[in-house]
Amino acid sequence: MTDKTSQIKQEFFEKLKEVKDIADLENIKVQYLGKNGTVTALMKDMKTLDADMKKQFGQVVNQLKTEVSNAVSDKFEELKKAAVEKEINSMADFDVSTPANLERGSYHPITLVQRECEKIFKSMGFTVEDYSEIVTDYECFESLNIPKHHPARDMQDTYYLENGQLLKTQTSAAQNAIYKKYKDALINEGKPIKAIFPGRCFRNEATDACHENTFFQMEGVMVDKNISISNLIFFMKTMLSEVFRKDIKVRLRPGFFPFVEPGFELDISCLICGGDGCPSCKHSGWLELCPCGMIHPEVLKAGGIDPEEYTGFAFGLGLTRLAMMKYGVKDIRDLNSGNLKSLSQFTDDE
Amino acid sequence: MFLSMNWISDYVDLTGIDKLKLINKFSLSTAEVENEIFFKGSDIKGVVVAEIKEVNDHPNSKKLHLLKVDAGDGKLTEVVCGAPNVRTGMKTAFAKVGAQIGEIEITPRELAGYVSNGMCCSEKEIGISDNHDGIMEITDDVKNGTDLKEIYEIDDIVFEVDNKSLTNRPDLWGHYGIAREFAALAGRELKPLETVDLSKYDNLPKVDMKIEDNLCQRYSCMQVRNITRSVSPVNMRIRLFYCGMRAINFLADMTNYLMLEMGQPMHAFDSRKIEKIRIKRFDKPFTFKTLDGVDRNIDENTLMICNDNTPVAIAGIMGGLDSEIVEDTTTLTLESATFDAVSIRKSTVRLAHRTDASMRYEKCLDPEMTVTAIARFIKLLTDIDDKVEVVSSLTDEYAVKYDKINLDFDKKFVDRYTGIEIDNDTIIKTLKSLGFGVEYENDKFHVDVPSWRATKDVTIKADIIEEITRIYGYDNFDVNTALAPLYPVRPAEEKNVEEKIKDILVKRYSMHELHSYVWAYYDEYKELGIEVEDNIKILNATNPNIETIRKSIVPTQLCQVRYNNSYAPDFAVFEIGRVVDGMTADNLCNEKKKLTITMYSKTKSMEELYIQLRDILCVISDDIKHKPLAFEKMQATHSYQHPKNLNAVICDGKAIGEMGIIHPVVSKKVDKKANIVYAEIDINDFADIKNDSIVYSEPSRFPGMEIDVTFVSSVFAPIGNAVREENCKWIKDIKIVDTYVDDNSKSITVRIFFSDSERTLVKDEVMKYVDSIIERLEKQGISLKK
Repeated sequence: MTDKTSQIKQEFFEKLKEVKDIADLENIKVQYLGKNGTVTALMKDMKTLDADMKKQFGQVVNQLKTEVSNAVSDKFEELKKAAVEKEINSMADFDVSTPANLERGSYHPITLVQRECEKIFKSMGFTVEDYSEIVTDYECFESLNIPKHHPARDMQDTYYLENGQLLKTQTSAAQNAIYKKYKDALINEGKPIKAIFPGRCFRNEATDACHENTFFQMEGVMVDKNISISNLIFFMKTMLSEVFRKDIKVRLRPGFFPFVEPGFELDISCLICGGDGCPSCKHSGWLELCPCGMIHPEVLKAGGIDPEEYTGFAFGLGLTRLAMMKYGVKDIRDLNSGNLKSLSQFTDDE
Repeated sequence: MFLSMNWISDYVDLTGIDKLKLINKFSLSTAEVENEIFFKGSDIKGVVVAEIKEVNDHPNSKKLHLLKVDAGDGKLTEVVCGAPNVRTGMKTAFAKVGAQIGEIEITPRELAGYVSNGMCCSEKEIGISDNHDGIMEITDDVKNGTDLKEIYEIDDIVFEVDNKSLTNRPDLWGHYGIAREFAALAGRELKPLETVDLSKYDNLPKVDMKIEDNLCQRYSCMQVRNITRSVSPVNMRIRLFYCGMRAINFLADMTNYLMLEMGQPMHAFDSRKIEKIRIKRFDKPFTFKTLDGVDRNIDENTLMICNDNTPVAIAGIMGGLDSEIVEDTTTLTLESATFDAVSIRKSTVRLAHRTDASMRYEKCLDPEMTVTAIARFIKLLTDIDDKVEVVSSLTDEYAVKYDKINLDFDKKFVDRYTGIEIDNDTIIKTLKSLGFGVEYENDKFHVDVPSWRATKDVTIKADIIEEITRIYGYDNFDVNTALAPLYPVRPAEEKNVEEKIKDILVKRYSMHELHSYVWAYYDEYKELGIEVEDNIKILNATNPNIETIRKSIVPTQLCQVRYNNSYAPDFAVFEIGRVVDGMTADNLCNEKKKLTITMYSKTKSMEELYIQLRDILCVISDDIKHKPLAFEKMQATHSYQHPKNLNAVICDGKAIGEMGIIHPVVSKKVDKKANIVYAEIDINDFADIKNDSIVYSEPSRFPGMEIDVTFVSSVFAPIGNAVREENCKWIKDIKIVDTYVDDNSKSITVRIFFSDSERTLVKDEVMKYVDSIIERLEKQGISLKK
C-alpha cells in the first residue's frame, strides 16, 4: 500500500510539472482529488483494511492528500500570478504625446467679463438688473437731465426708430426704472438701492477697429442717505482691483455728464506699464476707463427720490472695452463678427 | 484749445512754481490736458539781432546774395543769404556760428563757392510764425547783438486742453478764465484785466443800434477811427501763432487776441456799411455771402446783424463779405455781444459751419463780459497804436439778463456729499479764489455765483460741491466704504435661466456663444434667399443695409453659420439676444429676448441632428425647470423654415418657442452638403414657467420586471399615451429598444418597466396591464407585430 502511495505521489508530481494552465491544473485536481480521483480511491480502499493498518495507512494517505492539495493550490497561485504578469506585459504603451482633442464649447468674451463684474458686485450685495435695448426718449435722455436740444445729445449719435423710440445709447437709460422699482423699499424700509445693469448699447457711427455701433456697458448705482464721493472712489477702486486681480491705482478728473454732479472721468494706472508710461497709455501712465459721479439731484427726483434726503453714485463701465483690454482683442469688430476662429477661444474664466 | 503759459502769467504770478506740476493739477482739477506739452523756443539758441550793412550780388547765383552783417560783436560777418527781402540797413534775426535752430547747429558753410558764417532767419525758421517769404524784419530801435529771446517771448510752455472737456465751462474759453483756475490751484492772486474807463467817452454820440429779437441777449458796440497800423506787434503775433491762429492784419489779430484772452468773440464792421445796427430774424429764407466768400442759405430761424434791413453778418457765427474792413475803411464799429446759445448751435448745425466764435457762443457766454471786452480792446488798441481815436460813446443794450444765482447750504451738506472733513476756511477760501461771493453766518454758507459761471454751469448746490472738491483734489480724499444696512439679494429668475442655459450649451454640448446685430442685414439675407420681414425701422440709419430691426435671430445666425462653414464638419452656435415682435397696443416695440440655437453637421443625418436638438431642449427644461417638453407640428410662415419637421416647443402647456430644420433653398445657400437645424426659445416665457421641485422616490429593494412589446406604428406618441392612460402605479419607465422599417411599415419595440416598492411582482399580474395596453392600441388600429 505504501508503495502504491509513493508511486501515486511520484506520478502526481511529474504530471504537475507538465501543467501549463489553469484548465490542466483543474484536470489533475479532479484526477487525484475528485470524487473518483486516485487519492479519493485510496481512502475508499482503506475500508477493507484492519484497524491497525487502517490507522497506519490512514496517516500516509492523509499526508499524501495534504501534499497533493497544497501542491495544487500552490500551482494555482503560481499560474494566477503568471497570468496577471502576462496580461501586464502584453499591455501596449500608449502614445500620450499626440495632440489632445479639446472639443468644447465657448462663451462670448462679453459673457465672461460680465459674469466676473456681476460676481464682484453680487458679493457686495448689489442686484443685477436687466433692461430692454429699445427705450423711450424719456428713459434715455429726459429722465437723465438731458432735455431736448441739450448739447449732450449731440455727443451721442442715436438710432431713432419710426415710433419715436430709440436704441439705447447708454445703460443709464435703465436708471429711472430702477429708482422707481426700488424707491419704496428705500424710503419705507431703509433698504439702500444697490444695483448694476449690464446691457447692450448702440451708437449711430461708422465702425472701424476702435469703433462699433453695438457694444456693451455696465452701469452701477448706489443710493442711500449718506453716499459720498469717498464711497464712490472706494467702490470703483475695489471693483477694478477685483476685475484686474491686482491692486489698481485710480484717479478722478472732473468730467461733464448731465446725469451726475459732480461728474468724473476715472483713470486707472496703466495695466501694461503700471504707471511709468508706455505706448499703450500714450506715455501718460494712465488709462481713461469709466465715467462716474454723484447722481444729479434732478435724476433722483425723476426717479421719485428726494435729493435733499438721499445721495448716490453712478458709474458706467465699458464691458466691451474691458473685454478687449483683458483678452488683448485689438479690433472691436471681432466681437460681433461671429467668427468662430476668434470667438471659440474663450473658455470659462471664473 | 492751445494755451500759453506766458499769457496766463500776465494775470497770475507763477514764479517759483513748477509749471508742469501745475498743468497736471489743472488736468486733474479742471479740464483734461493733452499729453504732449510744447516747450516753445527750447530748440532756439544764439539767435541775435543783426543789421545788414552791405548787400552784394553773388557771382554764381541769381538768387543768392553776399551780405556783411553787424551782429553787435564789433566786426562784420560775411553771410550768404537767399532771401528776396534783403536790403542794406535792414535789421533781422541772425543765427551766429554755434547757434541752434531746431535740430540744426549753425557752422560755417560753403554756398556756391562762398562761405556763410551764420544764417539770417525767417520767422518760420525761428518757429514763431509760418512766414517763410523772407528773413524776419526787426525794428530799427533794437541794438545789434541783442538775443532775440530778450525782446520777444519766444520761450513759452504751450499746452492743449481738449475742447470736449470744456463744453460746460463758458468761462474757460479764454486765457483769463484759465488763469483764474491756475490762481486758485496755485493759491495765488488773480490780477485784474487792464481796461480803459469807457465813461470818459460818454459825451460822444451813440451808435444807432437796436435789438429787435431776444435771441440777442446783449449787444455792445463802439466806433473807432484812424487805425494806421497794419501789422501786429511781434509778441502778439507769437502768442496767436502758438495758440494755433495765423496773424492776418492788426485789426483781425486784435479781435482774435481778445477772443483768446477773454473768450469773448468780437467783430469789426466798416462803419459805412452799418449805420443802423438792427439785430433780427427774417421771415423768408435768402442767401448771404460770408466774408470767406461762400454763399450761405439763411432761413427764418437764423439771427442776423443788419444795417437796417440789409443783413451784414450771421449773428455769432461769421461776418458778411460786404461789411468787411477794406483798404479805404476809416471808421469801424466794434461788436461785442452775446446770443442765445441754443439758437447759435442750431444755426451752426443748419449752416454746417462752425467757427471759433460760434463754438464759444454755444457754451452760454457771460453777458456781463461784453462791455469789459470793449474796454479791454480799446485799452490794447490805444496802447499799441496811439493815433487811434474813439468816435462814439459805449452803446449797449442788455435785452436778456442772466438769472442771478444764490445758493445756501450748511457744512453738513458738504460733509454728506464728500464723506470727508473739509474745514470751513478751506471751503470759503476755495470758493472765493474762483470768484464766488461767500458769506458764512449761523452755520450757513451763502454763495453768490459769479456771472461767468452762472449762465449754465453752476446752478445747484451739488455744483458747489464740485468746486470745493476739485480744488481740494480727489487724490487727497480718504477713501471709505459705505455704511449701509445689509439685505439678501435674490437674482431674477430670468437671469438665472440665461446663465444656466449658457452653461449647459457650452459645457455639455460644446456649443459656441456668438453675438450678432439687432437689425436684419439686407445684403446677406438676400444672398441666402431669406426675406427681410417688415418690422419697425431705424429712421436715421446711415447704412440702408441695416434699417429694419430683426424679428428673429435665426436669419442672422444663419449668416454667421455660413461665414463659419469651413470651421469644422460639425458645430453648433447659440445666442441669447433681442428681437422685436411687432408693436404693442400703445405703439411701443414688443421687444423679446430669445435663445437661438443653430446646429450644423456634415456627418450626422438630418434626423439624428434634429433629434439631438430635441434632446438638448428637453435637457434644458428638465435641468432648469424639472419639466418635460411637448412638441406640436406647426405651419411654416418664414422663408427659412422647412414646411416639414417644424414643431412648436411646449412647456407646461404653453408654447415657448419652436424648432425646425432649415428650408432646403436657404440651407443649400448656407452650405450645399450640411444638415442644419435650429431652435428659438423665448427666454422670458421659459423663465416664467414655475419650477417643479425635485420629488424624491426611494428605489425599490425588490427586483422589477421588463416586458418588451413590438407594435406596428409610424410614431411613438399613441404607444406612450396608451401606457400612460393605463395609469398603473407599477409602470416606472418606458423606453424604445428598437425600431424597424421595412418597405411598407414601421415597427417600434418598447420596453415597459414594472416595479413595486413592497414586493416582487409576478408575471401574471403584470401581463394583465400589458394586455390592456395592447387592446387599447388595437382599438386605435395599432397592432402587435406578428
